[in-house]
Amino acid sequence: MKYALRKLGMLLLTLWAAVTLNFFLPRLMPGSPADAAIAKLSQNGPVSAATRAAIEAQLGVPGGNLFEQYVHYLQQVVTLDFGVSFTFYPEKVSDLVLTALPYTVVLVGIVTILAFVIGTLIGVLAAWKRGTWLDTLPTLGGSFLSAFPYFWIALLLLFFAGYVGHLFPTSGASSPTAVPEFSFSFIADLIYHATLPALTILITSLGGWILGMRNAMINTLGDDYVTFAEANGLRGRTVAIKYAARNAILPNLTGFGLALGGVVGGSILVEQVYGYPGIGYLLYNAVVNQDYPLMQALFLMITVSVLIANFLVDILYGVLDPRTRR
Amino acid sequence: MTSTTTTPVRARALRGTLRTIGRIAGTIWSNPRARIGVVLLALFIITATFAPWLAPYGASQDGFERSAGGSAAHWLGTTAAGEDVLSQIIWGARVSVFVGFAAGAIATVIAVLIGLSWGYSRGFGGDVVGFIVNLFLVIPGLPLMIVIASYLQNGGIVMIIAVIVVTGWAWGARVLRSQTQTLRSRDFVTAARFAGDSSFRIIFREILPNMTSLITGSFFGAATAAILAEAGLEFLGLGDPTTVSWGTMLFWAQNSNALLTGQWLLLFAPGLCIALLATSLTLINFGVDGISNPRLREGKGR
Repeated sequence: MKYALRKLGMLLLTLWAAVTLNFFLPRLMPGSPADAAIAKLSQNGPVSAATRAAIEAQLGVPGGNLFEQYVHYLQQVVTLDFGVSFTFYPEKVSDLVLTALPYTVVLVGIVTILAFVIGTLIGVLAAWKRGTWLDTLPTLGGSFLSAFPYFWIALLLLFFAGYVGHLFPTSGASSPTAVPEFSFSFIADLIYHATLPALTILITSLGGWILGMRNAMINTLGDDYVTFAEANGLRGRTVAIKYAARNAILPNLTGFGLALGGVVGGSILVEQVYGYPGIGYLLYNAVVNQDYPLMQALFLMITVSVLIANFLVDILYGVLDPRTRR
Repeated sequence: MTSTTTTPVRARALRGTLRTIGRIAGTIWSNPRARIGVVLLALFIITATFAPWLAPYGASQDGFERSAGGSAAHWLGTTAAGEDVLSQIIWGARVSVFVGFAAGAIATVIAVLIGLSWGYSRGFGGDVVGFIVNLFLVIPGLPLMIVIASYLQNGGIVMIIAVIVVTGWAWGARVLRSQTQTLRSRDFVTAARFAGDSSFRIIFREILPNMTSLITGSFFGAATAAILAEAGLEFLGLGDPTTVSWGTMLFWAQNSNALLTGQWLLLFAPGLCIALLATSLTLINFGVDGISNPRLREGKGR
């Protein structure tokens, strides 16, 4: 319990730091992002004084009172009021973010868990069969795959399976004619559209798990208690799974939170290629149109999600490994 | 007087450093995977260095038939703007190799400076540094890079290197810090402290030489990440789109609908080069892993 509380305190401190970083980022930049944002917004009609104040609190004005802006900004964050997007005028930024969020969370979440399970199993096998082709193929293949740029795999899959093979749709998260409802046909349509993005993320993130697990497993296989278990005449499979793999999985799990940040980053590129309407695609649109309010809100959202996921992994780690609870 | 005593000492230190580098190179070369990596990397460096002589045409030389397939004159075809794809691939190697090595080196230097002093110091300062490092580790790198790059519109290669360094130093710092912590309590460090050496000297003359392999490893890791990040940023159009690099080639390929016109070579070639260059560094790191962790060394079975 004390462990969980300490981790919770750490989470709150990190959240505060991330929120503050998000506050200072546009203010450290050359030029005035706020002026650029207000100029863009005024193309859609007159800008009210309240909107102007909201944007200035978010992006900063040269010579303004930093403390007042910071307090105003914290209010915005707490109430999730990030103003109006000018790319998707007059949609509210918070509404746009909340619409896009489920797509990314479900896609990245499911694929990351799948990649972790499959990659760890292959890693165990590779370390156990060290020196044979069962080791060489996954380790070489894994390091080659993890060196692939996400967007390149996305482009290739899109080209061959989408444009040439006509096996999968080439963009979007559902058919234009589909009606959002809780029915088998709609869910099947969603899965059909998510297959290529999911496959892309799976292919590129699998390698890291294979290599991480293999190296952790090789380390534990060299430990005395494994040798002792073998000397006792236990079956090879028992030693591999019950002795070595159980201990090797913990260091691999530490990488989970850090890898998640990478996967979320990669998913931005993947969503852009497939026109998948998640957080990443929205961020891409915000960046291309210099929609700074939307961009700031998205960056904050992504950071907060990753921090919370990390916190959950930390708690899980404490449950699995009593030593960390001390 | 001083010069006569310092010269042999310096010479011996130099010989020692050379011997260490030689030993590292030998261990890397003894690993068959790392050997493939070294050969691949050498090929890319040669291509980048001799691009003007190797490329059949200029990097932005246009006026050829547009969006053509492969032919004797243009092995990999031409772009939608009528440029030779093969020439762009060869010239583009310069950007990736340069960004990879420059950003990797700068990030590693920062990681060494912060990681070692952080690991050696005890007390409140260390906790604060630890907090900042962990913050940079958990904040997703690519979104942060995208946001910064978006504020610095079309900043070119220097901007991209800066953005990659800002987000890329933390991992190395953490790895080096934990090794420093274990070395901190070794006898030779205690001896140096009792001999009255300054903390600076202990960190950089006593501890640092024992971490050469870890530093090498984190350099190759940082360089790999830098190459992939640079390609990603340029693919999103956040670099200078007029630079010829593998990332911008893919940016233009997507924006000129190479997917629809069926020019798969234009998509395939730049991405494969990015992947091969990144793989070569990963493969070299297999050999480097063997230096710091003999259990991962090839040759002897379990």
